[in-house]
Amino acid sequence: MDLINAIIVLLNYTVIPALTYGSQLALGAIFVTLIYGILRFANFATGDMMSFGTMFAVLLTYYFQSLGISFGILPTALLTIPFAIFMMILYMLTIDKFVFSYYRVKKSPPVQLAMVSVGVMFVTQAIIRIIIGPSDRRFLDGEKFILKATEFKEMTGLNEGLTLKSTQAITIVVTIIVVSIMFWFLNKTKTGTSMRAYSDNEDLALLSGIDPKKVVLITWVIAGILATIGGILYGLDKSYRPFVYFNNMLPIFAAAIVGGIGNPYGAFLGGYVIAFAEIFLTYAYKRFFIYLLPESLEPNSLIQLLSTDYKFAISFSILVIVLLFRPSGIFEGKKI
Amino acid sequence: MKRYSNVIAAYSIMIILIILVGVFQSWSIALTILNYCLISAVMTMGANIQWGYAGLINFGIMGYTALGGLAVVLVSVAPVGEAWKLGGLNMLACLGIIAGMILSIRQVLKKIEKSKKRNYLVAAIIVIGVLLLRFISAPAIESIESVEPAKTGFLGGLGMPVLFSWIVGGIFAGGLAYIVGKIALGLRADYLAIATLLIAEIIVSIIKHEEWLARGVKNVIGLKRPAPYEIDLQTSPWFINLVEKFHSSKLKLISSISERQDVLKQLVIDASSVYVKLCFAGLFLTVVIILLIITQKALYSPWGRKMRAIRDNEEAASAMGKNVVKEHLLIFILGSAVVGIAGAMMVTNDGLFTPGSYRPMRYTFVIWVMVIVGGTGNNFGAILGGFVVWFLWVQAAPMALFFINLLTAHLPETNEIKIHLINSAPYFRFLLIGIGLLVIMRYRPRGILPEKIIKQ
Repeated sequence: MDLINAIIVLLNYTVIPALTYGSQLALGAIFVTLIYGILRFANFATGDMMSFGTMFAVLLTYYFQSLGISFGILPTALLTIPFAIFMMILYMLTIDKFVFSYYRVKKSPPVQLAMVSVGVMFVTQAIIRIIIGPSDRRFLDGEKFILKATEFKEMTGLNEGLTLKSTQAITIVVTIIVVSIMFWFLNKTKTGTSMRAYSDNEDLALLSGIDPKKVVLITWVIAGILATIGGILYGLDKSYRPFVYFNNMLPIFAAAIVGGIGNPYGAFLGGYVIAFAEIFLTYAYKRFFIYLLPESLEPNSLIQLLSTDYKFAISFSILVIVLLFRPSGIFEGKKI
Repeated sequence: MKRYSNVIAAYSIMIILIILVGVFQSWSIALTILNYCLISAVMTMGANIQWGYAGLINFGIMGYTALGGLAVVLVSVAPVGEAWKLGGLNMLACLGIIAGMILSIRQVLKKIEKSKKRNYLVAAIIVIGVLLLRFISAPAIESIESVEPAKTGFLGGLGMPVLFSWIVGGIFAGGLAYIVGKIALGLRADYLAIATLLIAEIIVSIIKHEEWLARGVKNVIGLKRPAPYEIDLQTSPWFINLVEKFHSSKLKLISSISERQDVLKQLVIDASSVYVKLCFAGLFLTVVIILLIITQKALYSPWGRKMRAIRDNEEAASAMGKNVVKEHLLIFILGSAVVGIAGAMMVTNDGLFTPGSYRPMRYTFVIWVMVIVGGTGNNFGAILGGFVVWFLWVQAAPMALFFINLLTAHLPETNEIKIHLINSAPYFRFLLIGIGLLVIMRYRPRGILPEKIIKQ
C-alpha cells in the first residue's frame, strides 16, 4: 500500500506536470527546429510569435463568451484555435515577405537572419503589448478537473490523491494528435518529403524541381499551427502573460538544441527531457520517502536536490552539458 | 578632418538633441539620459569588441552586467561582522572545496587516459564535492540570512572605495568570460548566441537566489557613491554661494527677502541634483574616453589587423599561423570585461543593486541593437549607437504620446481606442527600436557609422 501511495505522490507532483510542461515545450521546440532546419536561422522571435497566436485566442475567447458561445465542458479557447492559427499564419507570412525573404534570397549568413529575428521580436512584442497589454490573463473556462484528489481517495481508499486537471489532459492529447499528424505529413506526403529534401540539401532539392516558395510557405503554415497550439495550451494550463512567453523561448531553445537542432523528433523528445529534468531535480522527495522508508529512517529535510528557484537554470545547465559533450544534440541522426 | 566629418555631424546632432531635452524638459532629465547614454556606450563598446573586431556573437551581456553590479556590492558595502562570525568560515571552506574540486578534476583529466574509469572518477568527485558543499554551507547560509534579515542578511562586502569596484567588476566579468569561452567558443555562431544567452540566465538566477551573497531579490540599497550627496550639498555654504552667484541676476529681481530665500532654496535643490549628475557624467566620460583611446589604438595596431583577418577568414588566418582559438578567447574576455565595467558603473549610478531587474530584453537585446545601429567594427559608431538607441528608448514614450494625440485629435476624450492607445504609449518604444533595427539592417547593414579600414 505504501508503495502505491509513493507512486501516486510521484505521479501527481512530478510525472503528470512534467508530461504537460514537456508537451508544451515540445511543440515550441519543433517550431524552432523547423525554422532552423528549413529556413536556416535561430528564430529569437519564437516566444513572441507563440504569444501572438495566443493573444488572438484570448481575445476571441472573450468575444465568444460575450456572445454566449461555449464548448460545453471543454474550454472555449479550443474553438478559437482555427481562427488564431489563421491570424498567426497571416502574420508570419507578412513578416516573411517584408523581412526574412530579402535575406533568404540574398543568402545572408544565419547570424544576420538571427539578428533580424531579434528585430521581429521587438516589433511583435510591441504589437502584442499595444493590442492586449502586458498584464496576466486567465482564459480557461469549462470543467477545471477531470479527477479531483478527494474523489480519487474515495474511489481507491488510498492516502494520497491523484488530481488530473482538464488542461493537463487536453495538453497531452492535443500534442499527441498534432505531432503525429505532423510527422505523418513530413514522412509520408510528397510535400513533406520535399521539405525534408530542401532541409538536407537546398541546391540538390532545387535541381530536382522542388519549388522553394512552396516549401517556405508550408514551413510557415506548420510553424504557425505549432506555435499557436503550443502557446494556447501553455496559456490554458498556466496563464497568458506576454513577458512569460518571451522567457519561455529559453527552455524551448534548450529543448531544441538538446534534441539536436534541425531534427523534429529530437526536438519533440528534447522538450520532455528538459521538462522532466526541471521537475525531477527540483521536487522535494520528502513525502515519497516517508512512504517508502521505515519510520526510523524517515527524512527530516525536504530531500530536494535543488531549490525550485533554479528551475530555469537546470534546463540551461543541461543544454551547456549537451553542447560540451555532444554539440549536435542527444538525438542526432535523421534530419528532417 | 574630412574623413571624420560624418562622425562629427552625427555626434553634434546627438548632443543637440540632449541639450534640447535639457531646455524643454529639464536639465536633470537630460543629464540622466546622458549618464545612461554613456553607460550604454561602454556596454556597446564591449559588445563591439566581440562582434565588430572578431565576429563573436555574445548574447550574454546581461550576465556580465549583473556580475559587474555584484562587484560593486561585494567591494564597496561595509562587511557585516556578525554574519562573518556566524558563517564566514564555512563559506570560505566552501570556496576551498570548490577550488579543490576543480584542481582534482584537472588532475584526473591530465593523469588518466580517456576511459570509462575517468568519467566515473570525475562524476564521483563532483557528487562528493556537491554533497560536502551542501553539508557545510546549508547551516552557514541559514545563520547568515538570519542576521537582521530586513537590513542585512548577507556577508556584506569589503568596505573599499566604490571606484575600485569598477575594476573588480571588469575582472569578475572577464573571469566568467574565460569559463564561458572555454565551454562555448567552439560552437557555431548561432549556437554561441543561444548558449551565451542561457548561461547569462544561469548567472542572474544564481545572483537572484543566493541571498547570503548579495541579498538576492531583496536588493541592496544605499550603495556608496563616488560623488557628493545632494543633502550634503544643500547644506554646504560654498555650494549655496555658487548657486546664488550663478542665478544672481534672476534673484535680484525678487524684492522681498523671504521670497528670495525660498526661491534660492528651490534653486539649490535643483542644482544639487544637477551637480551630482554632472559629477557622474564626468566620471563616465573619463571611462568612455580612456576606453575609446585604448580600443582605437588596439583596432589599428597589428593585433587589430590580426583580429580582422581572423574575423573575415578564419581558415586563412589559421593557415597563416595565427592561433584563432586563443585570440577568440582573449577577445571574448576583453569585451566581457568592458561590459562588466559598464555594469558596475550602472549600479554605482543608481546607488542600488536590484538583481530582479536584469532581463535579457533590456540588457542583451537592446545593447545589440545599439551595436548594429551604431556601426559594427567602428568604436565611434558603437558609442553613437549607445547614445541614439538609449535616447530613443527613453524618449519613445513621450514621442508616441505626442503622435497619438496628434492623430486622434478629432476623437472625443472618451473614445475607447484613444484611451487604449494613450495607455499603451510606453510600448511604442519596442516598436520603434524593432523597426529601427529592421530598417538599418536592410538599408544600411553596416550601421550609421560603418567600419573604416585605414590602409597603413
